[in-house]
Amino acid sequence: MRIFAPTTREEVSEAVRSLPRVHPLGARSKPALSAALDPAHTLDLSGVRGVLDYDPAEFTITALAGTPLAEISAVLGEHRQHLPFDPPFGGHGATLGGAVASGISGSGRQRYGGVRDFLIGVAMVGGDGAVVRGGGKVVKNAAGFDLPKLMVGSLGTLGALVELTFKVFPQPETYRTLRFEAGGFERAHRLALRLAAAPFDLEALDLEPAAVGTSGHAVARAAAPAWRVLVRIGGPADSLLERERRIESFAGLEAEPLDGASDDELWGGVREASWLPEGHRLIRVPIAPTEAQPVEEALGQHGENGSVPVRRYAAGCGVLWLAWPPQRSLVELDEVLSSHRLAGQVVRGEAPCGLLGELAGLAFYRRLKRALDPQLRFPDLADLQAPRAAPHDRRAAET
Amino acid sequence: MSATSPDLDRLRRIFPPDRLLERAAELATYESDGLTAFRSRPLAAVLPESAEEVIAALGWCSEQGVPFTARGSGTSLSGGSVPVEDGLVIALNRLNRILALDPQDRVAVVEPGVINLDVSRAAAPHGLYYAPDPSSQQVCTIGGNVAFNSGGAHCLKYGMTANHVLGLVAVLPDGEIVRLGGPRAEGVGPDLVGMYCGNEGLFGVALEITLRLLVRPERFRTVLAAYPSLEAAGDAVSAVVSSGLLPGALEIMDRLAIEAAEAAVGAGYPRDAAALLIVELDGEAEAVEADFARLEPLIRRTGASSIRVAADDAERAAIWKGRKSAFSAVGRLSPDFLVQDGVVPRARLGEALTRIERLAAAADLRVANVFHAGDGNLHPLILFDGRREGELERAEELAGRILRMCIELGGSITGEHGVGLEKRAYLPEMFERDSLDAMWRIRSAIDPHLLSNPGKMFPGGEAPALAARGLHPLERAGVLSRV
Repeated sequence: MRIFAPTTREEVSEAVRSLPRVHPLGARSKPALSAALDPAHTLDLSGVRGVLDYDPAEFTITALAGTPLAEISAVLGEHRQHLPFDPPFGGHGATLGGAVASGISGSGRQRYGGVRDFLIGVAMVGGDGAVVRGGGKVVKNAAGFDLPKLMVGSLGTLGALVELTFKVFPQPETYRTLRFEAGGFERAHRLALRLAAAPFDLEALDLEPAAVGTSGHAVARAAAPAWRVLVRIGGPADSLLERERRIESFAGLEAEPLDGASDDELWGGVREASWLPEGHRLIRVPIAPTEAQPVEEALGQHGENGSVPVRRYAAGCGVLWLAWPPQRSLVELDEVLSSHRLAGQVVRGEAPCGLLGELAGLAFYRRLKRALDPQLRFPDLADLQAPRAAPHDRRAAET
Repeated sequence: MSATSPDLDRLRRIFPPDRLLERAAELATYESDGLTAFRSRPLAAVLPESAEEVIAALGWCSEQGVPFTARGSGTSLSGGSVPVEDGLVIALNRLNRILALDPQDRVAVVEPGVINLDVSRAAAPHGLYYAPDPSSQQVCTIGGNVAFNSGGAHCLKYGMTANHVLGLVAVLPDGEIVRLGGPRAEGVGPDLVGMYCGNEGLFGVALEITLRLLVRPERFRTVLAAYPSLEAAGDAVSAVVSSGLLPGALEIMDRLAIEAAEAAVGAGYPRDAAALLIVELDGEAEAVEADFARLEPLIRRTGASSIRVAADDAERAAIWKGRKSAFSAVGRLSPDFLVQDGVVPRARLGEALTRIERLAAAADLRVANVFHAGDGNLHPLILFDGRREGELERAEELAGRILRMCIELGGSITGEHGVGLEKRAYLPEMFERDSLDAMWRIRSAIDPHLLSNPGKMFPGGEAPALAARGLHPLERAGVLSRV
């Protein structure tokens, strides 16, 4: 078997043209997303790497898709800039292309938005092997169809990403995190919603069970744990104390402040999901903030065998991160998510498939798939979904 | 177009006479849009009052092979809502209901004919607003904003329309209804909502749009600085962005634009300035004050001849009023004008302005400059008199030279107005053949009969039905091919 490990755009084109089936992958820091695919068809893009263009005054950076996030962070960090959507798993080797293809943003998306809000240009190799470009290298651009948006969350199903341009922002001088021990879920959730609707510029706003450490050992096994609200602010050091006092007074609670290394360590742990208990599957479920309450009721229950999944709510309750216990089936979760009309992504851990629940817009996706990959060289979203018995297959009915 | 004329009787069964316009006098309004140089006569216009009527109108178009153009208030500056000759205009202004507004999830669900500013008005009691603010926000509609991925003065920090659309229900040109995204800020799977935005009317009609609302910043600090030259104002922009500050808006106006704005609305701008810079910080009070403490001395070091800081909301509004009225104000200086929308990398703004000045002099035309300096989005307003022999042609040629310059400098032919009718000849200069080919295949997969606003974005202006049967104009020109 010929192993394809391209290092240039041209080599990616050549590989795509010469293979009947192609599954583009980066550094496999989110391995469950591609678990359903036959490894024989892997196109390893981690060698297509390097920063091509970075001008700090322009607020843009262009790099090849296989460039590790860590390298990007280091390059941007020299000029006190960053990718504000805070892509996770850099410590696991995650690449820029993987961040786009998975569509996953971190807790830092709270401030300015997610990966969709910062990707401004792409070059990808479509099903016919040709390099297709969309967007550009300037931060504002309305020419042609918005292919950069389409690539966000595309999971390698529409083409192989080769080159990406991002808008970048200045990084706050200093950060500080306020840790509120907020009591039961309802109270904590209410506080999070109030904070999100207040005119505070928050870098992150997460909700986690008080017993979840960032070290990965302590796990909330109780069905009704105590919750804490994590509020991160950033800016010139001289303004942070005053802002902190105001947020505390608004919350009507005293917070434990974290700064410097302890703030870094906390969010570094969140970024790498180091709280994920051994053997658990990590699942990402986008929700609307008010959906957290019903979701909590549906998922914060003991399973038949006594296990409770760990829940962590990020970005003002805009994303649920779920640690699904090894002894419980993903089919069960797939059904719960579908019944709430939610979609989920299995990111890490042993899993037969990467996508759960209900996906929106598949009819529109099919048309785009036909246009960009008529030869069906790349996997289809359906290949990544949980297999289902026919009567439950709502998605087949929709398409 | 089909050989027989379309069966209007069937359309008359869907729309009552007062909402189906067929007479020339009634149709005059719909013959052009904000790009007044283009004009064409539609077959008829319908004024639907429900999503069902829009779907029925598209069904009629599909059955009769009649092309259609959906439009809102017709403020497009790229000719995006100029109708197709003998096509149907679907005027969406009556679909203007805000269907839901959830202050906790911070989303609003609106119909396409809702006016941009009305979303912020409805959200205001909850301390929320809708961020994208095109200059025409008092009249332009969300449907048009979605179709053209409209921008505004705050795009560097807050993004464009697509960044604020979370979900939509759309009817595709062949009648299929699709639901993309939803009420959630993130999704699983490809960002189809984002892809739908900016389609320039080629993907059917968005019937229901879910918008992200932001918390209204509690503090603004708006600085108006006057400079003796455009270059000095441009340098000030570079100084601000490389300082690590992230202003909500960074705008520049040149002498001609200042004069025009003053004459029109009396914003109180210093009249002796060659260039004005508006810098606005927004956000949490203490954070804005901390940033302002850094911004003010920085601006003082940039050689401004005068600096004014808005003391209150009224002064801030006055500063913005002049800026937002600049387009129409410049219109008073001249019988006709063209607005360009090119983008250049911010670091090359000074170079771009110097070249525009030179190109304008060579064309013997006046150009006023109003632009979003923070994101390098230029808006040269080319003044001309259409009654004078050859002036329109000269103005268009100058506009074309400016667009080519933007491409050459590594920018884009459009920052926020879209390609439309106006700039479609330039799309192949910005994207290579393979990319255009892929975009054309996307367009064809979504609208196989090419009925949805044909003639926009892609070069060539042939009758759409001909293009559907024969070669696409791009193919004929050898620019692209279907593999």
